[in-house]
Amino acid sequence: MYSPLVMEHFRNPRNVGELLDADGVGQVGNPVCGDVMKMMIKVEKDRIVNIKFQTFGCGAAIATSSIATEMVKGKTLGEAMELSNKAVAEALGGLPATKMHCSNLAADGIHKAIEDYKSKRETKKA
Amino acid sequence: MQRLIYMDHAATTPVSPEVLEVMLPYFSQKYGNPSSVYSLAQEARQAIEAARQTCAEVLGASSREIIFDSGGTESDNTAIKGAVFALQEQGKHIITSAIEHHAVLETCRSLEKLGFEVTYLPVDKHGLVKVEDVEKAITDKTTLITIMLANNEVGTIEPIAEIGQVVKQARKKLPNLVFHTDAVQGAGALDLNVDKLGVDMLSLAAHKFYGPKGMGLLYVRRGVPFMSQQRGGSQERNRRAGTENVPGIVGMAEALKLAEEKRSAYVEHCSKLRDRLIRGVATMEQSFLTGHPVLRLANNASFCFEYVEGESILLSLDFEGVAASSGSACTSASLEASHVLTAMGIPEEVAHSSIRFTLGWDNTEEDMDYVLRILPGIVKRLRAMSPLTAEAKKNV
Repeated sequence: MYSPLVMEHFRNPRNVGELLDADGVGQVGNPVCGDVMKMMIKVEKDRIVNIKFQTFGCGAAIATSSIATEMVKGKTLGEAMELSNKAVAEALGGLPATKMHCSNLAADGIHKAIEDYKSKRETKKA
Repeated sequence: MQRLIYMDHAATTPVSPEVLEVMLPYFSQKYGNPSSVYSLAQEARQAIEAARQTCAEVLGASSREIIFDSGGTESDNTAIKGAVFALQEQGKHIITSAIEHHAVLETCRSLEKLGFEVTYLPVDKHGLVKVEDVEKAITDKTTLITIMLANNEVGTIEPIAEIGQVVKQARKKLPNLVFHTDAVQGAGALDLNVDKLGVDMLSLAAHKFYGPKGMGLLYVRRGVPFMSQQRGGSQERNRRAGTENVPGIVGMAEALKLAEEKRSAYVEHCSKLRDRLIRGVATMEQSFLTGHPVLRLANNASFCFEYVEGESILLSLDFEGVAASSGSACTSASLEASHVLTAMGIPEEVAHSSIRFTLGWDNTEEDMDYVLRILPGIVKRLRAMSPLTAEAKKNV
């Protein structure tokens, strides 16, 4: 059902955990649907210097979260906003069609965390 | 690679060696079409009629009341449509339950589009249908009641015999009222005697009781109005056209015979293992049994493990050589959480964390102990990854 890379990220997910002093937090999905992803980022000079995730969901949900965090760590916010669900799924060697929505969530979660960081900064300025 | 610990017998079972043995000659040696005239064909004809008699005996029925078909799904479709179309001049109301198998529910939904009215009876938190609810739902337009013998997901055993009594009383005013039960999960575990159950129709699927896939039967009590759903040749006394699956029929009869012979031993074997598993999981935090604690199939141990999603547990179990199933949305083609669990009042987010273990002949105590050893670690790892665990702690 899943590619070897998906299984690898499921068994050994990267960047699992919490960032209690996160600069931006993005939570997507909902328990009713069966998928919840929480992305937490630390930003320095417009770059994501640290990122952690927590996920409630299937193998694809955990794997896409894991690889998405790897794909944006160290990148600028601009680059991270460009991350697409297609890129996440491709990076994993593909996902079954019914699981593509999970890869949506991983990219969305990161975008939301970035939006959250930006709106917090706006609030600080104001 | 370690031995597979298979705990998904409600999904399917392996064909047992005795069953395979009786089937084999009918593939390439005694391969005649039972409808043909010559000896080769007549051999096949005799084999299927002997099989029919065997199946009839297990059900306490007569041969003419047995229709062979392609499985549980076809039996359910045929039973429901066969009865309601035959009786549609009298009424177009069907009573069923909210926790039936999709084969029953989808058939009922498709009939609603054709102008039939369907009452989907609720169940209690254990998945039990209330007999009084059935009684209250009957109107003078009701033609069919269909309630499953035991639920496939949570193992709850429904009060079919009691409902049969209600139907018997109701027949004083509604002489043609038909009572069907999807008994697919009951074979080998429960008494299938059709008079004791008080049913007019009953569905079975061979691959659930160590027989071959693609094979099932529908019992239709003599005199019950029935309209054939599959047209063509005159097989099965004009009730179900199509050249008979001779090896399948022979295999199913053998499997059913063996299942009935070993029924009490099976119940004893499985319930011991099931209870061991249930006791072990009871010591795990935020984990609970689903389905009725007592009125449950001997081999069914189904649980919810909060804050963790079902498929991720199944994958983790699979790595350790254990095969099980789940009612989570991610494991269903429809991407919806189990309708059985939600009908029982379990919130969707918890339904996604369901795991079903269904045991069989090949399982041992060591299997149960192995699962109990690895399960806490699996759940712990996934809970640590889940945002729901932290949220729950905050809300305490």
